[in-house]
Amino acid sequence: MRAEIIIAGAVLIAVMAYAVLGGADFGGGVWDLFATRPRKHEQREVIAHGMGPVWEANHVWLIFVIVLLFTAYPRAFEALSIALYVPFHLVLLGIILRGASFVFRTYATSGGRTQQRLFGVLFGVASVITPVLLGMSLGAVSSGMLKVSDPAGITASRAWLSPLSLAMGALALALCAYLAAVYLANEIDGDLQEDFRARALIAGTFVVAFSALLLPFLRSEAPHLLAGLLTARALPVLIIGAIAALVAGGALRVRRYRLARTAAVLQVICLLGGWGLAQFPYIIYPDITIYDAAPASTLRFVLLTLPVGLVLLLPSLWFLFRVFKGEHLGLLDD
Amino acid sequence: MNSVLAARAQMEVSLAFHMVFAALGIGMPVLLIVAEGMWLRTGQLHYRRIAVKWGKATALTFAVGAVSGTALAFELGLLWPRFMAYSGSTIGSAFALEAYAFFVEAIFLGLYIYGWDRLSARVHWLTGFAIALSGLASGVLVVAANAWMQAPVGTPSGDPTAPFRSPAWLHMALHSSLSCYVATSFAVAGVYAVGMLRGRRDAFHKSALTIAFTVATVTAVLQPLSGDISARAMAKYQPLKLAAMEVLLQTGPHAPLTIGGIPDDTGIVHLGLRIPSGLSLLLHHDPAGVVQGLQSFPRAAWPNLIVTHLAFQAMVGFGFAMIGLAALFWWARWKGKHERLALRAAVLASPMGILALEAGWVVTEAGRQPWIIYNIMLTADGVTPVQSVDITFFGFSLLYIMLGVALVVLLRGLAHPRAREYAAGAEHAG
Ligand code: HDD
Ligand code: HEM
Ligand code: HEM
Repeated sequence: MRAEIIIAGAVLIAVMAYAVLGGADFGGGVWDLFATRPRKHEQREVIAHGMGPVWEANHVWLIFVIVLLFTAYPRAFEALSIALYVPFHLVLLGIILRGASFVFRTYATSGGRTQQRLFGVLFGVASVITPVLLGMSLGAVSSGMLKVSDPAGITASRAWLSPLSLAMGALALALCAYLAAVYLANEIDGDLQEDFRARALIAGTFVVAFSALLLPFLRSEAPHLLAGLLTARALPVLIIGAIAALVAGGALRVRRYRLARTAAVLQVICLLGGWGLAQFPYIIYPDITIYDAAPASTLRFVLLTLPVGLVLLLPSLWFLFRVFKGEHLGLLDD
Repeated sequence: MNSVLAARAQMEVSLAFHMVFAALGIGMPVLLIVAEGMWLRTGQLHYRRIAVKWGKATALTFAVGAVSGTALAFELGLLWPRFMAYSGSTIGSAFALEAYAFFVEAIFLGLYIYGWDRLSARVHWLTGFAIALSGLASGVLVVAANAWMQAPVGTPSGDPTAPFRSPAWLHMALHSSLSCYVATSFAVAGVYAVGMLRGRRDAFHKSALTIAFTVATVTAVLQPLSGDISARAMAKYQPLKLAAMEVLLQTGPHAPLTIGGIPDDTGIVHLGLRIPSGLSLLLHHDPAGVVQGLQSFPRAAWPNLIVTHLAFQAMVGFGFAMIGLAALFWWARWKGKHERLALRAAVLASPMGILALEAGWVVTEAGRQPWIIYNIMLTADGVTPVQSVDITFFGFSLLYIMLGVALVVLLRGLAHPRAREYAAGAEHAG
């Protein structure tokens, strides 16, 4: 297989990891914002407890995506950085506020209640805004509305504000909230578990609704993407994703939480996988493909260092999740 | 404001902000290892309390470092898309390796901060080493990208090993890593010196100060030695920057060393102290050694002399001031009678490491201007065509100011908890 394709696959996998891990951390912030009586405080505790040790490691997946992009596909990085100047800055604003206010709240021990409440609200609001903006940016990338064929002529684009992009933003937010609720229901029991089960069912409904909403926009604004989604390459993946979605919903109903979690993760992976296959070989339709890549020497460097990095990364990640999520993941059952 | 100015300003603010936290991210783990190691060795509980407290401070600053670093990674493209399109495939290799170091660092920091009760004492201590090593590695790797921009080799596109072949890499990595330890340890020592001046003279404060100030002294003494290596390499690879830093006009032997003073933009220094043949001696160990002056280069290629010279004076000045204050501290301690003097010296020195570090980066980056890649690409040719850069510059500057203020308030809360909490803690340590 060509290096361009393998690296594009690695980028897609990193996007999936970010969605499944980092996305849930944003979802945690959403449920922090919408914590409800009578267990408001306890809900927030569970969320903070679940995110605390892992969110920074989860966040690195995004950095990894950016770095791979500018190393292996510098032309795409250039085009995206110019065309999405505004939404990317807003994403950064959200990322900075979310991360900072989360730790600030954790350690605002001497400043009392007001400080903690202020950082709590900031944390929640930033957690809502950021995935929406990321989804909108993804929408702009696949909309076909970014005109980037001539590097000198690229300007800041409004494609991220199109209805299609807005629908993708909404879907991204719903998915984050959904994943978070499903994970959290796995990490506790009793009343709190019921709270998060209810939240998962609500968010799951929104996921279905926004996905359905996306279809007409895809037809009118991005027929190429819809056609791509219906190819023999992408469709089977999407069908598996749809089945996983049904399984996850059903498992939630009958309170089989572990199954629900596995299925929900599979659902998100298939959704992104289907999207990636539908986009293939374009990074920015119709102007930049994965073959507009860095010279072969650079691609070779990335390919050669990838396994070395993974040897370092995967055992460390496994150790992290074992230590903090072990009893919940069933890793410590022996 | 035109785009180039605004983009430069936004890059400067973001990097200057990030660097404080990057330095702490590299320096704090070393202090953590020492404190926790002392606990494991002596079993004295206050060492553990020091490590727990510093761990919390590190968690705070690390998060800010991580998000501001993320901003930088995006900003490379948002502000300098032409540069990244041209050279992303060359400097990207350094950042790609750095990403693995980030993973390791973030993972083990999570284990460290939240793992006190979940890991055995020894494994917990070892996670500190993983953070320290990966933090150091991420700094060393990103500096490779910067070193290549200062002293490029190979081809600007598609040469992934070029950053590691840049002749500036090793000495910059050494000097800038040391500077992170200097900056962190002086800053931390100052916190406890203030506490002790206010009368908190328990084992906790004493040990915290001693650990931090010991690391501070060792690294501060090494720093001029590594700076000397940097300066000599610079004479070879970036003679123009060196001439600007020293405001040396004429090429020739017996080049003088100019200390202090304010240059004008023709290269005349007012009020400076001149040591005849000083620069030749420093660079070549020979008063007749030839040093290239500004006049050997076209005027349009000169960097801003005032900024470059003053920043260099500030870095070196702070560097020697820290060494002097460290000597005073240990002398006063050794005498045993002048404790307040020792503590005041530590307080005075505490911001100097961070200031020297920022000043040093201004020398390096402003001194490289007008080039973004030295002698290859002009900064103005790398900038984004987007028109509204001034808005994002002001917005992000405001954001960073607010974050900085919030963080200082929180760290003060951590360092000086309310009296009640403090008394309980002190009892605990007794
Ligand atoms: C605690 C901070 C600190 C201190 C005390 C010093 N420096 Fe420094 N210096 C830095 C922090 C720094 C830095 C911020 O880390 C830089 C910027 C780029 C680099 O590699 O290190 C730097 C750059 C830098 C350069 C430019 C390197 C280049 O651009 O390639 C030179 C020539 C020196 N330093 C020399 C010195 C000398 C002779 C010092 C004597 C006291 C000194 N520095 C103290
Ligand atoms: C790590 C600490 C660094 C600091 C504190 C720093 C600081 C600065 C400063 C102060 C400027 C503005 C120079 C001026 O006043 O004209 C600048 C510019 C710039 N730096 Fe660095 N820099 C650092 C590292 C890097 C690295 C690793 C890169 C990586 C590739 C980089 C890329 C740039 C770019 C693209 C510019 C724009 C050109 C300019 O405005 O000068 N810097 N940096
Ligand atoms: C243009 C230059 C730079 C970019 C793009 C950049 C990027 C980043 C990013 C994305 C992170 C977040 C990683 C995480 O989530 O853990 C980060 C953190 C960090 N950076 Fe930078 N960085 C730059 C300059 C530097 C320099 C010059 C140094 C060191 C000398 C440095 C040292 C660190 C360290 C140690 C961290 C770990 C987080 C922390 O301890 O606060 N960075 N940087």
